[in-house]
Amino acid sequence: MSGALVALAGIVRRDLARFLMQRGRLLAALVRPLVWLLVFAAGFRMAIGVSITPPYATYIIYDVYIVPGLVGMIILFNGMQSALGLVWERELGSLRLLLTAPFPRWWLLLSKTVAAAVVSILQALVFLAIAAAWGVIAPWQGYLFAIPAMFLLALMVGALGLALSALVPQLENFAGVMNFVIFPMFFLSSALYPVWRMAEASPFLARLCAWNPFTHGVELIRFALYRELNVQALAALLLATAAFGAAALWLYDPARGTLRRRS
Amino acid sequence: MTAAPPGLEIEGVRFAYGARRALEDVSFSVPGGTFCALLGPNGAGKSTLFALISGLFASQGGRIAVAGQDVGRAPVAALRRLGILFQSSALDPDLGCAANLRYAAALHGLAGRAASAAVAAALDRAGLAERARDQVRTLSGGQRRRLEIARALMHGPAVLLLDEPTVGLDAAARAEVVAHVHALAQQEGIAVLWATHLTDEVHPGDRLVILDRGRLRARGTAAEVAGGRDLRQVFLALTAAGAAAETAG
Repeated sequence: MSGALVALAGIVRRDLARFLMQRGRLLAALVRPLVWLLVFAAGFRMAIGVSITPPYATYIIYDVYIVPGLVGMIILFNGMQSALGLVWERELGSLRLLLTAPFPRWWLLLSKTVAAAVVSILQALVFLAIAAAWGVIAPWQGYLFAIPAMFLLALMVGALGLALSALVPQLENFAGVMNFVIFPMFFLSSALYPVWRMAEASPFLARLCAWNPFTHGVELIRFALYRELNVQALAALLLATAAFGAAALWLYDPARGTLRRRS
Repeated sequence: MTAAPPGLEIEGVRFAYGARRALEDVSFSVPGGTFCALLGPNGAGKSTLFALISGLFASQGGRIAVAGQDVGRAPVAALRRLGILFQSSALDPDLGCAANLRYAAALHGLAGRAASAAVAAALDRAGLAERARDQVRTLSGGQRRRLEIARALMHGPAVLLLDEPTVGLDAAARAEVVAHVHALAQQEGIAVLWATHLTDEVHPGDRLVILDRGRLRARGTAAEVAGGRDLRQVFLALTAAGAAAETAG
């Protein structure tokens, strides 16, 4: 194995070990989507029926509709939490340890993002297992196809989180990022309601939903779960990932000195 | 001294945070096998200099070389020869000692048997072989610092940077760490750059660089700089003179 892959594997292993050490984190990560699925969706099942919308072949109950959105929620929150961890690590010195490893900076940041993605996918799979026990079952191949889709969404969220964590020097401001980035991204997406339903309420908001890269991540996962490839969502997600990744690299460039503000 | 292997070379380094100049025309070198103390009050520019040497900031002028490798032009080659002890701890308190070391080994591309050997050697060096699986949070402050020093040496660096490594340690642990690192320089031929604001961590035979408000105020061996006086008095006089000159100018 080349040195760069050893470093990648080491970074993933460390983040996994840290995640497994903190049992509370898995529980906390699962409580939020489970409350939505078991309580919110149950209440809304009576109010909202979702008519036939691709990739679904029949009328579905609301529970079925929101499971991919809640998988997206897990990835969105976990990715942002990792970025928040990065702000925290920057204060502790761990980020300096990472960035002074003898590899190109882009590789180290990519490794960090992959590590966060692996942790997110683990959480999402546990959630999907609970959802299946609750009765929301996708074809078994769907779960396999969903893994690369989840990975790509996690990379997009990770790249966005990295860029934000470079921009936000103080931890206090990250709460603002939660409110101004995470919640709008989640609610202005197809996670909880189809975009066409939103269009009935407000064409303007529907347009925002359609432009939101998170929508495309959720749709990619939704279609993958039912063994279909949503090419448009894939293209949009790849584009957003590349854009946020470039921004993160630019912001972490030592010549621009984002890091130096803190020290 | 000319026979010593190249350690750390710093030539005409400048750095500014916007309009505020943090380092101005700083030049000195630390050959292999030498302990060099970088003495300066808070805000002197010590941490900025360390960030430049370790490539966290890009230099705005001058040249820095680690074991002959230019930090600006060949950052990866330079980092390979550099060991760093950060001011704030970079250990995972929840993970075990060995797990922390294994992570550092991976960051230097060490895997499999090479990594296991490096981890075992580092635990030995830190005197923590029996505590390999214990969580870092159960270690004392002095043990943590020893573990971090051992970690910084895992990949066999030619240059070791330590940024105020005794902050938060009690007197006994502090003396032990100071003696340990002096021995490292002598016995293993490592070039050590030790940033501090405490004059009692400097031995008379050490190289000494005094930095104040981004400028070098003195350079030589500690005995030369002190000139028979108490080093602390000399340090205070030099940094006070710098402050007076700045106010006058």
